[in-house]
Amino acid sequence: MKSAWALFRRDVTLTWREGGTIGTALGFYLVVVAITPLGLGPDLNLLSRIAPGVLWVALLLASLLSADRIFHNDYEDGTLDVLTMGPLPLPLVAALKSLAHWVTTGVPLALLAPLLGLLLNLPIDSFPLLVLAMLAGTPALSFVAAIGASLTLGLRRSGVLLALLVLPLYVPVLIFGVAAVSAASVGPASPWPPFLMLCALSLASIVLAPIAAAAALRAALR
Amino acid sequence: MPQPISLAAHEISCQRGGRLLFERLSFSLKAGEALLVTGPNGAGKTSLLRLITGLLPLQAGTFEGGDGDVPLPELSHYVGHLNGIKTALTLRENMRFWTDFLGGDGSGLEDCLAMFGLAGLADLPAGLLSAGQKRKLALLRLFAAPRPIWLLDEPSVSLDAQSVKMLGQAIARHLAQGGIAVVASHTPLKVRFTQELPLALEQLP
Repeated sequence: MKSAWALFRRDVTLTWREGGTIGTALGFYLVVVAITPLGLGPDLNLLSRIAPGVLWVALLLASLLSADRIFHNDYEDGTLDVLTMGPLPLPLVAALKSLAHWVTTGVPLALLAPLLGLLLNLPIDSFPLLVLAMLAGTPALSFVAAIGASLTLGLRRSGVLLALLVLPLYVPVLIFGVAAVSAASVGPASPWPPFLMLCALSLASIVLAPIAAAAALRAALR
Repeated sequence: MPQPISLAAHEISCQRGGRLLFERLSFSLKAGEALLVTGPNGAGKTSLLRLITGLLPLQAGTFEGGDGDVPLPELSHYVGHLNGIKTALTLRENMRFWTDFLGGDGSGLEDCLAMFGLAGLADLPAGLLSAGQKRKLALLRLFAAPRPIWLLDEPSVSLDAQSVKMLGQAIARHLAQGGIAVVASHTPLKVRFTQELPLALEQLP
């Protein structure tokens, strides 16, 4: 337990201290959403109809920006060797590092989303569900990204390959995420069934993705 | 140190990138014994150590050691070519992390920093250290939590003469307490190695 907390805290501290990572993701999210209305014109009805989709697609891309950092630094400086020899099983190490990625990327992005919803004329009464849906869906993004990050360890320019590997796996999160927010903003369906699907996707990724990531890590360390 | 520890290899083989590095290699170490692995570059010294840590899969042969409950990697400290320190964290934070992660009690932390002359630098980011100081910080991981088997890969790289002596004394102390050390090194260390394992470079056909 102490080991797990030490690892999680160290990862969050490092991301915070190395700076840039959180700021880049938030800045990217802001810019992508901000330029969308410029490209589409000032049709408020159109904007509020496509707002859930734009917010989710931009969130997926922004969360991928820092995904290759999940294991890369530890692999480069040899820390990963020692993490495999610690008291924690490797899937748990992968899970903790994914969780730290979620806390430093998914959570800030989800909290920024309502502000960007304003830019897209998203109805204000759907903001609580927007944040809730994003908080429920983003763990799946971080944990699945960990699979891609571990598979592309040791490659140069791994970021693009990582995006190619992982983005198709994000499709279910995108579909149910947009469905939940759309239902909340324009109706008429209830937003809760897609919201529960988001929760299910995240829970499944939390359980399964670390196992796959750990297997890929073992292969990368050979 | 818990119960007496041992480490033995039976007829292990190692193949890297289609090339056979060594085969049918055996050794056996009891508590308090140290093994020096020598050989030219590329002979398989690092691979041998990584086989013991479980980072490389064994092609043939077996390792024996530990007490059955705890697997070999969790009884071992491995300090390889890469230092495994975080440049954004201070020296003390680096040490604190390894202590907490590896399950040490952190009691001797300050003494360890002082032993290698790093006490005054404890609150500096590790990124500001010189290569030799980074190496010393990596070696301090050996004291973050007590583990009976030390696997050291070229531990004296970029250390000054004084620190090499300190390292030799630290290894000797570890052996005296019933530990085991497997060291791959080109520079002579002031440690009485009980066994030496010379690895030869296989001739390419």
